Amino acid sequence: MSFWTWTLAIALAVFGGAWLMRALGRRLTGNAPYFRDMPYAVAFGYVAAVAAVIGGAVLWVQPNAVFFRWAVQGFVIAAALAFVFRLAGRHIGSEGTRKAFRTMPLTAAFGILTILVYAVLAIFAGLLAPYGQAEVFAQPNMLPGGDPASGGDPAHPLGTDQIGRDLLTRLIYGAQNTVGIAFATTCLAFLLGGSLGFLAAVIGGWFDNLLSRAVDVLMAIPSLIFALLLMTIASAWAGSERWLLTIYMIVIIAVIDSTRVFRLARAVGQNIVVMDYIEAAKLRGEGLRYLIFREILPNATAPLLAEFGLRFCFVFLTIAALSFLGVGIQPPLADWGTMVRDLAQFINFAAFSPLAAALPLMAAGAIALLTVAVNFVVDWVLHRSSGLKD
Amino acid sequence: MGERLLTITDLRIEGRADEQWIPIVNGVDLTLDKGEVLGLIGESGAGKSTVGLAAMGYTRDGVRIAGGSVEFDGIDLVNAPLMQKRALLGKRIAYVAQSAAASFNPAHKLIDQHSEAPVRHGVMRKGESEEDAIELYRRLRLPNPEEIGFRYPHQVSGGQLQRAMTAMAMSCRPDLIIFDEPTTALDVTTQIEVLAAIRDIVEQFGTSAIYITHDLAVVAQMADRIKVLLRGDEVEEAPTRQMLEAPQEDYTRSLWAVRSFKRPAKPAPAADAVPVLSVQNVTAGYGKATVLRDVSFDIHEGRTVAVVGESGSGKSTAARCITGLLPPRSGQVELDGQALPLDYRNRSKEQLRQVQMIYQMADTALNPRKTIGEIIGRPVEFYLGLRGKAKRARVEELLTQIELPPGEFIDRLPSELSGGQKQRIGIARALAAEPKFIICDEVTSALDQLVAEGILKLLARLQDDLKLSYMFITHDLATVRAIADEVVVMKDGEVVEQGPKADMFTPPHHPYTDLLLSSVPEMDPDWLSELLAERGRDNLGDAAVGSMD
Repeated sequence: MSFWTWTLAIALAVFGGAWLMRALGRRLTGNAPYFRDMPYAVAFGYVAAVAAVIGGAVLWVQPNAVFFRWAVQGFVIAAALAFVFRLAGRHIGSEGTRKAFRTMPLTAAFGILTILVYAVLAIFAGLLAPYGQAEVFAQPNMLPGGDPASGGDPAHPLGTDQIGRDLLTRLIYGAQNTVGIAFATTCLAFLLGGSLGFLAAVIGGWFDNLLSRAVDVLMAIPSLIFALLLMTIASAWAGSERWLLTIYMIVIIAVIDSTRVFRLARAVGQNIVVMDYIEAAKLRGEGLRYLIFREILPNATAPLLAEFGLRFCFVFLTIAALSFLGVGIQPPLADWGTMVRDLAQFINFAAFSPLAAALPLMAAGAIALLTVAVNFVVDWVLHRSSGLKD
Repeated sequence: MGERLLTITDLRIEGRADEQWIPIVNGVDLTLDKGEVLGLIGESGAGKSTVGLAAMGYTRDGVRIAGGSVEFDGIDLVNAPLMQKRALLGKRIAYVAQSAAASFNPAHKLIDQHSEAPVRHGVMRKGESEEDAIELYRRLRLPNPEEIGFRYPHQVSGGQLQRAMTAMAMSCRPDLIIFDEPTTALDVTTQIEVLAAIRDIVEQFGTSAIYITHDLAVVAQMADRIKVLLRGDEVEEAPTRQMLEAPQEDYTRSLWAVRSFKRPAKPAPAADAVPVLSVQNVTAGYGKATVLRDVSFDIHEGRTVAVVGESGSGKSTAARCITGLLPPRSGQVELDGQALPLDYRNRSKEQLRQVQMIYQMADTALNPRKTIGEIIGRPVEFYLGLRGKAKRARVEELLTQIELPPGEFIDRLPSELSGGQKQRIGIARALAAEPKFIICDEVTSALDQLVAEGILKLLARLQDDLKLSYMFITHDLATVRAIADEVVVMKDGEVVEQGPKADMFTPPHHPYTDLLLSSVPEMDPDWLSELLAERGRDNLGDAAVGSMD
């Protein structure tokens, strides 16, 4: 049978199966309310999920579905780790943290665990990494796995790159460089965008107009291209001082991203500024600083915190993208974006040697994992802060 | 009356909070015959809306029916299949919500929303339903019935919207309509139109209704029987006249007695006394629109001046001019005979301290992230320079003054307080500045009657103890009667009449004052009918207000 006949047959089977499942449920349980009031979409969801599980099992036994098996294994291991972590959190720590862990979804536990691991790796990179980040070894392009039979080396469990640097070491140092710089950039963006946004909301009038139009102008330029342009200029300024370029990059990305923070802070601030307690404070004769930091900021923390998580991911991806394009974090500093670029051509070997294709995927996976983890935590924080209001 | 339509027996409803189910309604029984109107009254939190919704077999999210039965015309609504309930709701049972403005979809025309239910239920086709809508609009005495349905909700006034919503509920000619506080958000003069319209249409079609409200005088006009609820329990139930004349329970009697709080007006001030606050020929507005025209009034020490008027009459704008939030275009505001700078930013700390404000919505007037101690302590620290122990002692003293035990409240957040307690905190924050003059902007209108009475008594006591002067903005004449010494009546940004309270409440009145006074519902069940007969029904509605200009 052709691909299309298969697709059609499976779809028909799922559609019919859902109807059959609901009808059978009603018959067998004597029309229990659960089956009686079940919308067709819900029944369809159940049957489609079963079909997906069966499909997954079929895929699992295919000999060349290596990446699928890795993904499933990784997923199961991550879930198990998160479960253990949450279980531990429920019994260790203060009353407050234990209560937080009791109501925490597994996704958030996974996110927090991942962020903790990244933080430890970044902070103690010098101690944890087996070699130096610029150390070059004799054998380049060694495959991960550490098995000499398949082109690996036990001394380099994740292999080496195109000029023979240890990949495990560079992944660990990459956490320090990429994540650390992204964190600093995000903080700067929030300081800048947040304070200007609140100021615009409180003062309003021409000041608000001026800042908002300036931000509109900055936002009108595609951010990656704008960053690339500014980085090109900055690299001319930096000259041979490579570390200066990193500082320029932090400032450039912070300014570009602070426009988004500005908009959020201004919108949130405007909702708070119209409250009577702000009017009461103004009539009391309070200054701007008191208004912003004591009256507005405490009420804006939830949305700002959520935005911080998201913005961190974007900044992080921008840095990785700039490094991939060659103007970001400069060699020999290890950086995940650069690592993906340097090893990118190995992806072509995926069909013959999954291990070779894994070389660029490890750094890409590190980026993806952190992004997903941060988003899980942000979702949870958002849910909690909105739930508290009800 | 006839056939039984709705029977609720031993209804128990629970709500989910802090991971457990907490009872909201504990075993309420209720019956309703065809063509009968039942009034459900109680304070907020009494469970009246919850019972009203349960009569439709519906509960809000996080709420469940834990026991008992709801039987509508022989159908068990608690256990009925979803499909069966869907076929009933909107067709045989309809609901009119408190805020019509929030309940209409702003993106669709009124008549399209009107036709939705009849078309969906297959009662009428679109064209028929639109003709029917126009007929209903006419019966509800909406102006321009042929045309009004083709407007969007924001193009129609609040009272008209509430009537359009009643028309929508009528679209399928239901057997039962649940009215959930349909006139609470409206001005007194508008309220009358809506009440009269609702009562007529319910009578014409012989519809049964459950009328939920916290206003006794309103329910007296609408209902055949009244049921009183308190914290999810039934207090008593009786036919309207009997309930009004001879309530059996203490709680009901206390509800009835609320409106009796009255304070004698103080003697007039000496003719040469300098007023604490004097508003002189103030004209103000937003942009090109002029909201206040040549407004003048004086407030003397230890006295209360009530500023009365409907929404849009400019009473809150007058307060904004006094506080300096809206600098007037002409005229001035004097404090103790000294002219105040028009803009609050140019006023000295001392001038700001003397004029304090208490807000209508205590929810938005208190910063939700600060404790009570911080909220009250800030003006103490800011104006009086007290810190540490002295500040805390002063805050405790203030809390005692507003009759809240300090130890219990000082570290709480506003969200952990009831509405009345929050309003007391608002009062304490104003007192903390040790002012001479306080503006009370509708301070009791968001509160239940019993709680509101407590606040009024507190304000009266504080005035006697501290020699405070109040400007009391309100639209509720019962409040005016209770605590005002002088009254200023405003309409469309102008003062139409002002003088001592006794003069205002004895005829002859200015025609607008007369309209306001006669529109306040009274506890007499015949009041509405008599009033309508007096005014002549056809002139009622927008025309009545218009003719007063």
